[in-house]
Amino acid sequence: MLSLLLLALAAPEARDDSVSYDRDIAPIFEAHCVECHGEEKQKAGLRLDSSRAALAGSDQGEFAVIVAAQVGDSLLYELVTATDEDERMPPKGAALGEQQLDLLRRWIDSGAEGSSVDAPMQVSEHWAYLAPTRPVAPDLESDWPRSDLDRFVLAGMQTQGLTPSPEADRATLLRRLSLDLTGLPPGLEELDCFLADDSPAAYEHAVERLLASPAYGERMARSWLDLARYADTNGFEQDGTRSMWRWRDWVIGAFNADMPFDQFTIEQLAGDMLDDATLEQRIATGFHRNTMVNAEGGVDPEEYRIAAVIDRVNTTGTVWMGTTLSCARCHSHKFDPISQREYFRLFAIFNSSADGGPSTQPIIEAPLPEQVRQAAQNAAEIALLEAELGRWTPEFEAELEALHLPAPEWLVLTPETLCTASDATLEVRPDGALLAGGPRPLVDSYTLRFAPAPGEWQQLRIEVLEDPALPLAGPGRADNGNFVLSEVRARLLEVESEPAGEGARELEFSHARADFFQSTNPPWPPEHAIDSDLATGWAIMGELEVPHQLVLQFAEPIEVLPGEQLEIEIVQEYGTNHVLGCLRIAVSGETPESGLPLRPDIEALVLAAKTPAKPTSAADIFSVEQEARLQRWFLQTHDSLDAVRERLADLRDKTEVPTALVMEELAKPRVTRIFDRGSFLSPLDEVQPGVPKVMGDLAQTSPHNRLALARWLVDGQHPLTARVQVNRVWAQLFGKGLVRTEGDFGTQGSAPSHPLLLDWLASEYVAGGWSTKTLIKTMVLSAVYRQSSTISGEALRIDPENLMLARGARFRVEAEMLRDAALESAGLLDHTLGGRSVFPPQPEGIWQVTYNSDRWNTATDENRFRRGLYTFWRRTAPYPAFMTFDAPSRELACTRRASSNTPLQALVLLNDPAFVEAAVHLAARMLREAGENAGACAARGFRLCTGRRAEADEIAALVQLYGVEAARFAKDPEAAQALIASATALDASALDPTALAAWAVVANVLLNLDETLTRG
Amino acid sequence: MGPTHTTRRGFLELCAGGLGAAALAPLRAGACLLDDSNGVLGERGLHHAARAKRVIMLHMAGSPSQLDLFDEKPKLTALHGKEIPPEFIENERFAFIKGTPRILASPYTFARHGESGANISELLPHTAAIADKLTIVRSMVTQEFNHAPAQIFLSTGSSVIGRPSLGAWLSYGLGTECPDLPAFVVMLSGQYSPSGGASCWGGGFLPTMHQGVRFRGQGDPVLFLSNPAGIDRDCRRRTLDTLAKLNQKRLEEVGDPEIKTRMAQYELSYRMQASVPKLADLTGESQETLDLYGVNPGEASFARNALLARRLSERGVRMVHLYHWGWDSHGTNADDDIITSLPLRCQETDRAAAALVTDLERRGLLDETIVVWGGEFGRTPMNEKRDNSTFLGRDHHPHAFTIWIAGGGFQPGLNHGATDELGYFVVEDPLNFHDLHATLLHQLGIDHERLTFFHQGRDFRLTDVEGQVMRSLLS
Repeated sequence: MLSLLLLALAAPEARDDSVSYDRDIAPIFEAHCVECHGEEKQKAGLRLDSSRAALAGSDQGEFAVIVAAQVGDSLLYELVTATDEDERMPPKGAALGEQQLDLLRRWIDSGAEGSSVDAPMQVSEHWAYLAPTRPVAPDLESDWPRSDLDRFVLAGMQTQGLTPSPEADRATLLRRLSLDLTGLPPGLEELDCFLADDSPAAYEHAVERLLASPAYGERMARSWLDLARYADTNGFEQDGTRSMWRWRDWVIGAFNADMPFDQFTIEQLAGDMLDDATLEQRIATGFHRNTMVNAEGGVDPEEYRIAAVIDRVNTTGTVWMGTTLSCARCHSHKFDPISQREYFRLFAIFNSSADGGPSTQPIIEAPLPEQVRQAAQNAAEIALLEAELGRWTPEFEAELEALHLPAPEWLVLTPETLCTASDATLEVRPDGALLAGGPRPLVDSYTLRFAPAPGEWQQLRIEVLEDPALPLAGPGRADNGNFVLSEVRARLLEVESEPAGEGARELEFSHARADFFQSTNPPWPPEHAIDSDLATGWAIMGELEVPHQLVLQFAEPIEVLPGEQLEIEIVQEYGTNHVLGCLRIAVSGETPESGLPLRPDIEALVLAAKTPAKPTSAADIFSVEQEARLQRWFLQTHDSLDAVRERLADLRDKTEVPTALVMEELAKPRVTRIFDRGSFLSPLDEVQPGVPKVMGDLAQTSPHNRLALARWLVDGQHPLTARVQVNRVWAQLFGKGLVRTEGDFGTQGSAPSHPLLLDWLASEYVAGGWSTKTLIKTMVLSAVYRQSSTISGEALRIDPENLMLARGARFRVEAEMLRDAALESAGLLDHTLGGRSVFPPQPEGIWQVTYNSDRWNTATDENRFRRGLYTFWRRTAPYPAFMTFDAPSRELACTRRASSNTPLQALVLLNDPAFVEAAVHLAARMLREAGENAGACAARGFRLCTGRRAEADEIAALVQLYGVEAARFAKDPEAAQALIASATALDASALDPTALAAWAVVANVLLNLDETLTRG
Repeated sequence: MGPTHTTRRGFLELCAGGLGAAALAPLRAGACLLDDSNGVLGERGLHHAARAKRVIMLHMAGSPSQLDLFDEKPKLTALHGKEIPPEFIENERFAFIKGTPRILASPYTFARHGESGANISELLPHTAAIADKLTIVRSMVTQEFNHAPAQIFLSTGSSVIGRPSLGAWLSYGLGTECPDLPAFVVMLSGQYSPSGGASCWGGGFLPTMHQGVRFRGQGDPVLFLSNPAGIDRDCRRRTLDTLAKLNQKRLEEVGDPEIKTRMAQYELSYRMQASVPKLADLTGESQETLDLYGVNPGEASFARNALLARRLSERGVRMVHLYHWGWDSHGTNADDDIITSLPLRCQETDRAAAALVTDLERRGLLDETIVVWGGEFGRTPMNEKRDNSTFLGRDHHPHAFTIWIAGGGFQPGLNHGATDELGYFVVEDPLNFHDLHATLLHQLGIDHERLTFFHQGRDFRLTDVEGQVMRSLLS
């Protein structure tokens, strides 16, 4: 046993045999070598002040002095072990000690691994770390360019022997613009209007109209949500829901208002730290609260707090710096000049936020603007009403003096025996109350026996009382102080019966009353304690801070005979520690009065006031605290104030007020240490907040916090921020970025296809006040953007990936846009802007998630047809049709969705009820708008989906299909009805079902055309 | 252990191995291998001769108790009810156990089975009957002790979400042998989905066509497989013909090869509309076979999924991953204890898991199909007794557990590895999921260090920077 144990425990120790440069070798070099081989002096051209330099060797790296795994060939080792003192290093002072030599030898033998912490010595010449300067566009002999942008691109084409494609036709252009800028296909009126307007400014007007459309903000937000890993749930095993849609609305609003990107950045990264931060600025910080939260049992809260901080560092790196920082978490970046130390300097900036652990706090109320206005109006009234509720008047005083309260005489019983069904204990307090202690069980049952004085008893009382030993002072033992009293049973027993319990008489209760009960849904009223149903019971959430009483009336007055005992069994079966903590049992011989019993503490006060030798006024016998308690209760319960209380409750009702997760900074920043190999269990030395040196430096003046980081990113000097953002916008409009790896501008990312153009755009963006709408306008007004996307065989051969931009881009639209476009073509799309997430139809069983009973309540109203970005996003079970079209799970930032092309996608578009419903509606629209003529119907549908007028052979193919299906449905009207019934909210009464069904089949084809799915 | 331990040395090795890999060049250029039914290795040839063609993973999600099924420990009986020696649990983190836990003996009887003498508990009579066909590994270890990360680790070789799963790697590397079905199919049974969710069968950064396709246990195995009401198969054919005609015209006009791919995928979807229901139609199976698995054809069950796994393998599907939830025997109530609940899970799976091996063998498929059975981690030798529960159960345990493997060149009748007297730690031949992955790839003709994909600045592979081919498990 012991030997096995040693074996098992010995294993981790073995690791410590390894020699670490940082821990073991650097101190030797530091102490003995760097004076001559360091920053100031480099004798023999050798530096030993970093592992990189040491491994590079002598003569500035020409001659290796350390050969990995070859200690015999390593000159450095030869010299430090030389016996000849003239030769030995170090030349001055004593030779290295045995232990130091041993470490050196083992370090070299084991491969001479360098530092895992420090930066490479070289200053990077990589283009992306050098701030852009505004290039001048090349001067070209061509009348093709419309702008400088075109000149940059044309110059590139010319180097490859390519010429620009002709301009796309106008219908294609408007559809392209509409999809790119709003995510929706153009309406036919807009199309006709555009086609009819042959003024030179028509195109520009269309661009301006689209940029001003609210749908623009939705389209831009759609992409930003992927970067921000927005979701409506917390992720991980439990994946509980959260409220973040106010942040989503903020993003949509910011894009629509063309909030400058520098402000957009600062408010999202550090809006909470701005002076007098507004509600909207605080909501903006939700960007970095979109991190996942793990509420699983047993997880180390610190581990997941750190996971969230790491995600913030990595996401900030990806979204603003186009840099994959995550490698540097465990070791200095292999390819990019970012050291592990620098990674943790960034980490330190994000390490002092108040969130963390299994809760999603901090959460703020985030009322909508209309609600803010209403609340301001309400505030005055609330103040008036509160004052009224608190006003103690002479009339009340008189009424309290004269008050006769129904307070029966109670005889407190002390148990003869008591036992619990668990390991918990019950002890008797001096006031006769029973206090539970010991291990806290999930469920319990108390069995108490009493020997009351002879007499006739009518009522049994159970008081639940406060005690400082209980969670939140009780009265229950649940974490919040609650309990559930599932059932009370009573019986009379002969004490000395043989066998025990023989001849017990079960007693029945006829009535249960309590001064208070928990009125949640379902409620927990007193009568549930005597309903013989263990699944129900009496509980008191809502007034946990004061004592309460449950009064049970015996069905018939009971008499306890000599030799008998009264046994009370209190069953508490709810679970999760909802058991009683402190209770007191009493009986009364009085006939119950009508009405509710009094709260026990008030009853005690009133009883005290009624005692003989009483002075003249209540104030004389009560302490100030007791007086206040009595008055408060009086005001809280007095009938005359009922209306005031109700009005107040209405005014205070915040169930409709949304909330949002936000960033907040701790008053005292946390200390940040480097984690050895990225593991939080192995902290190394402390680091100060900062940024990677290769990208610049935080200003000296401000504290180095999130706000400083945000301002640094958008100070206009940062080499990456503007480039990364303009590249992303470019990718949205051209299918791919000028830098293809949109999230990686580092040395391993792809080089820009048009470096000068990228820098020009970035410079213009900053100089133009970071206006994204202006940037987009610059791009879409260009001749490059307006090219036809038709691909010639020759062009495909020379430039298969269209790197040189000699043709327009052609790509399948994104998941949400596919659905939006289908709904829009069918005339179904609901254009409501913003709001809570919605639940459009999805197949059953998708939400069968572990440990979570949430339900997908399919919308039956207009929310069925909202834009895709409003669809509720559950991280462990995202909307399946979107996932099939490459939507990310939103667990981590996603800079670029794949554009896959799979058979499952075909099945979604052909058969998903959402798309079938759209097809039927589209068919109805075609019939309504084009009438009975088959050719006109087909043409209408084709144009609604593709924006293009169909050609004769295309119409013929569709009409032919219509003819075959119409004949089939004429013979099989049930099939027609079945297909039509796929559509909700359809008034088909004026339409011929055969024609409608046949056109729905055609519409099903139209919604699946490559041209419909593709932005060309 | 922290969540990701990437050693510097390992990282360098990875880079060195990966940079020379043939898979690298075209993917770095961002080319999307749309028509890669042969996989990247299929085009260029395997790294070495393959011993097997496909994998079936029987994932007992929630993690079965090895101490009540495969790893008999008389010492637990001797020490039952005693506190675990503190040395064992120093610095240990548990999911739910608090305080000093007490040893829990197995209430079940073990016996030796077959010529191999495999020691298996009475709860798994059918598995015991095929003991001589199995490679039983009692020395599994993992680094995760919560379900979601542990399952994702088992599936993808990393507990960090976002890496491609084993099946996705196989689809990427080897492609599919069955043009009518996806290369990687996932099926779920039991009360819940696995905690790791779709990340367990995700494609990660690989082209999305490689991600696992989840077939559902009831109704249409594929979402939206059925035509809508009022559209029959002939009508669907006509719609696809019309669609193809219009798309073909478009292809000729604009010349975008993506249109051609889309047309091919629409045709595959049409074939799947036929092939998938046929796959799921069990009427052709003999009563003897249905009984062998214990399948009631109309009912969703692990047995039905196991039979479907055989049918998928027969058709050439590269990887089938079955999940059966319900092994999380904490002992907080009768639904998750080792007295009532554990035997139920065994009844739900034992017969079918053994039947799958038997059935594959008699159809000549076991040689080329690897079947793996196991959970994401093990369970503690101590009673969890959460909140003084009176039900018996065991907490999560990453340090030792048991899996078995059959077919595909793994050595039948092999009993591998051993744990200490309490079953707490592995003392002989530890094996982790990286090693398992490396060994599975090896049998399929793949060098696990050379099947790589370039992403976010470096090459990635299934085994991260670890993994050793466990030749001692192979025949």
